[in-house]
Amino acid sequence: MAVPALRLRNISKRFGTVQATRGVDLDVMPGTVHGIIGENGAGKSTLASIVFGLHTPDSGTIEVDGTPVDNLRPVDAISHGIGMVHQHFMLVPGFSVLENIVLGLEAGFRLGPGLARARVRLAGVCREHGLDIDPDATVDDLPVGVRQRVEILKALYRGARILILDEPTGALAPHETEQLLALLDRMRASGATVVLITHKLHEIMTVCDRVSVMRSGHLVAERDVKDTSADELATLMVGHDLPAGGEEKAAVEVRTVLEVSGLGVRDAGGVRLTDVSFTLRAGEILGLAGVSGNGQSELLEVLAGMRPVSAGSVSVGSRRIDHAHPASPAEMRSLGVSHVPEDRQRQGLVLPFDIRENAVLGRLERCGPGTLVRPAVLQARAEAMIGDFDIRPPVPDRPAAVLSGGNQQKVVVARETAESPPILLLGQPTRGVDIATIGLIHSRIIELRNRGCALLLVSADLDEIFALSDRIVTLCSGRLAGPLETRSADRSVVGMMMAGLDGGAAA
Amino acid sequence: MTPLPRWIDIGLLPAINLLLALVTAGIVVVLIGENPFRVLRVLISGAFSAETLGYTLYYATNVLFTGLAAAVAFQARLFSIGAEGQATLGGLGVGLTCLLLDPTLPPVLVVVIACLAAPVFGAAWALVPGVLQAWRGSHVVITTIMFNFLASGLMVWLLSGPLKEAGRGSPQTRRFAEDAALPYLHDLLGSFGIARSPLNVSIVIALLAAVGVWVLVWRTRFGYALRALGHSREAARYAGIPIRRMIVVTLLISGALAGGMALNEILGVQHKLILNFSAGYGFTGIAVALMGRNHPAGICAASLLFGALFQGGAELNFEFETITTDLVLVIQGLIILFSGALAGMFTPWMTRLVLARAVRDG
Ligand SMILES: Nc1ncnc2c1ncn2[C@@H]1O[C@H](COP(=O)(O)OP(=O)(O)OP(=O)(O)O)[C@@H](O)[C@H]1O
Ligand SMILES: [Mg+2]
Repeated sequence: MAVPALRLRNISKRFGTVQATRGVDLDVMPGTVHGIIGENGAGKSTLASIVFGLHTPDSGTIEVDGTPVDNLRPVDAISHGIGMVHQHFMLVPGFSVLENIVLGLEAGFRLGPGLARARVRLAGVCREHGLDIDPDATVDDLPVGVRQRVEILKALYRGARILILDEPTGALAPHETEQLLALLDRMRASGATVVLITHKLHEIMTVCDRVSVMRSGHLVAERDVKDTSADELATLMVGHDLPAGGEEKAAVEVRTVLEVSGLGVRDAGGVRLTDVSFTLRAGEILGLAGVSGNGQSELLEVLAGMRPVSAGSVSVGSRRIDHAHPASPAEMRSLGVSHVPEDRQRQGLVLPFDIRENAVLGRLERCGPGTLVRPAVLQARAEAMIGDFDIRPPVPDRPAAVLSGGNQQKVVVARETAESPPILLLGQPTRGVDIATIGLIHSRIIELRNRGCALLLVSADLDEIFALSDRIVTLCSGRLAGPLETRSADRSVVGMMMAGLDGGAAA
Repeated sequence: MTPLPRWIDIGLLPAINLLLALVTAGIVVVLIGENPFRVLRVLISGAFSAETLGYTLYYATNVLFTGLAAAVAFQARLFSIGAEGQATLGGLGVGLTCLLLDPTLPPVLVVVIACLAAPVFGAAWALVPGVLQAWRGSHVVITTIMFNFLASGLMVWLLSGPLKEAGRGSPQTRRFAEDAALPYLHDLLGSFGIARSPLNVSIVIALLAAVGVWVLVWRTRFGYALRALGHSREAARYAGIPIRRMIVVTLLISGALAGGMALNEILGVQHKLILNFSAGYGFTGIAVALMGRNHPAGICAASLLFGALFQGGAELNFEFETITTDLVLVIQGLIILFSGALAGMFTPWMTRLVLARAVRDG
């Protein structure tokens, strides 16, 4: 039998009172794609960070190609041919692709000659892996999917033969995911080893050779992908059978609570939205599909009062918001608009604040009357949220920064749904969230809908859009298409609408 | 990063930093041929003896005001270094009040109005940098430095011209009316046999201000918004915190606190307006805030330390021929370096230690 490319023995790591991984043994064979799945907070990112030398394990050993390595630091990991693409992008904004890739590798005092050499090498690496990326594009201007590939390119450029990807598809549109999986396939063919951390079982089933399941820091199961099924994996992850999904949808009540007409948004970066019109009705989920970067974020921000309207208007009840009559986020909230922002880390949470303080972000009126903030009220709020959404660890005074990605999202969703808002904007509500939590968030969304809330669901995940929405619209280059009734909608039509082809006539 | 227990963060780490500063200063003392332990003894007894404690606390009052001023701004991640100029303007507020009103109003009333004028003038001096930062994005570091220069220029002009006492050579105003002053503690508490010192009622005001800052920052909606803004501008935008208004108001509060320093110096001690009474206390306040971790309790402790350094340093100067004012400055500088600028130096190391223990103890 071949020597494992990566061999972990008895890896344990503890953060304060949280045991993130416990005695993990893992062999990853060379030339394979090895999946790791597990609930939020199971310890996947921690394990990956240990292999990449970002965290020092409390115990355990790591072997790369049969050679023990210890006291690993990221530079050592790179020299051992290990590369990592993080759950959250780590590119320097304002830098070009090429500059980001050579960052930290600049040889010599003058940048110029090194850059020229790097450009040649980079072209070689791109060719080898069939990647087509403009080295001079500024990373800010690139769609998420391409930025993702830049991250991978960065690792490959550094000579990575073992590549660890932590939830790489969280922010990707379906076709971008396809491209990524194809890239992983090609990398395997060329002899590279890939560790893929994901919540999406179909990715495991599509691309992986073998899969390990983590739960509460333990590695609880390992399967060859050809011998398992998505159902079995889901059960292994959660530790018990999942309740069958698909609640009956309530009858749709037709009362418009929010109306967007002729909305246009322009900013320093150019035109973001053009002539967008649609209505949100009480007791209805409107799904907004689209490849990210086509105006979804801007639309959410306008509706949340975070961005001014350039043309057209938004009406909520009797209030009409247009260029001359802007609304602040505080006013939108008082009009009943709740908002789960797309970027929970930057917008939805103040990371150094603990759960108590984050429980009232944007909602200071919940601290009680007057100008004082009462710790007891915050504590009670946080405890209610923790109980309601099973936030782990259940410690109200933990800074949001040290919660796992999924638990961070639970905090945001719990806060925004706490008082049954009449209107709820959801930006990628289940990005990077495990199956059990997705179930929890989805059932909360449906419950709100059934109680008469009007929801706008922005998601890059078409399955999610189809599973939840009553009607579907799409955005492409800032132009809206649809709506289609979900019952009669066809995936390929929605796909064409997302690509800007006029597949769906307005229903 | 795992958060450290609070007692380590605000107790043990500063203590280690302080110790390191003292060791380094000790080496310097050895190099110039003095016995560091004797120097330390003189420093401590020079700062904390019955006769000198009042002086130490008087110095501490100055940097308590400016330290709080810096901390409030830092909490919102506004690196204001304008306390120097704002304190100067606070002095102008006190001076104008007393000069204009002491002939007519009863002294008590003059003092009360002066106590309001100092923060108001200090805040006013922060208004323009605040507005420029909020609306034009002009960096508050630059604008507050410029306003420090403007303040001292303004004072030179006023004290050598319009406000100068007639028939006197030096640039200063006339003395205020006899009772238009904050009472000395040795007068108020004379029956307890407190030694004479410049220490006056403004220390009570400063301590009340420290409590006020704590309530403001950690127990009010305003303080919540202030800290949220300091940690994440995007989250503040999401939360609908009026960012521009917050920046201006925060800097106004910071300016008001800095202005408070004039209560100690002008209304408490000098009883007339003079040049350069801010004497670098505004800048020392930055070090005090850094060392006190922007927390009022820490700032009180750090103020006491710096007060002791000012006072004990002066004693060193008397006691040892070899130790000049410059050397005292070096020692103060070392403490600022280790406790302020290098305050985070041991944090990673300490975190590892604490984690290792947590693991061992199960
Ligand atoms: N730096 C840290 N300090 C303290 N606790 C941490 C730290 N990093 C992770 N944890 C905790 O360790 C546990 C495992 O977290 P980890 O990020 O590895 O989970 P995950 O499996 O990647 O979850 P997700 O799918 O939500 O990303 C969580 O309970 C988390 O709160
Ligand atoms: Mg993770």
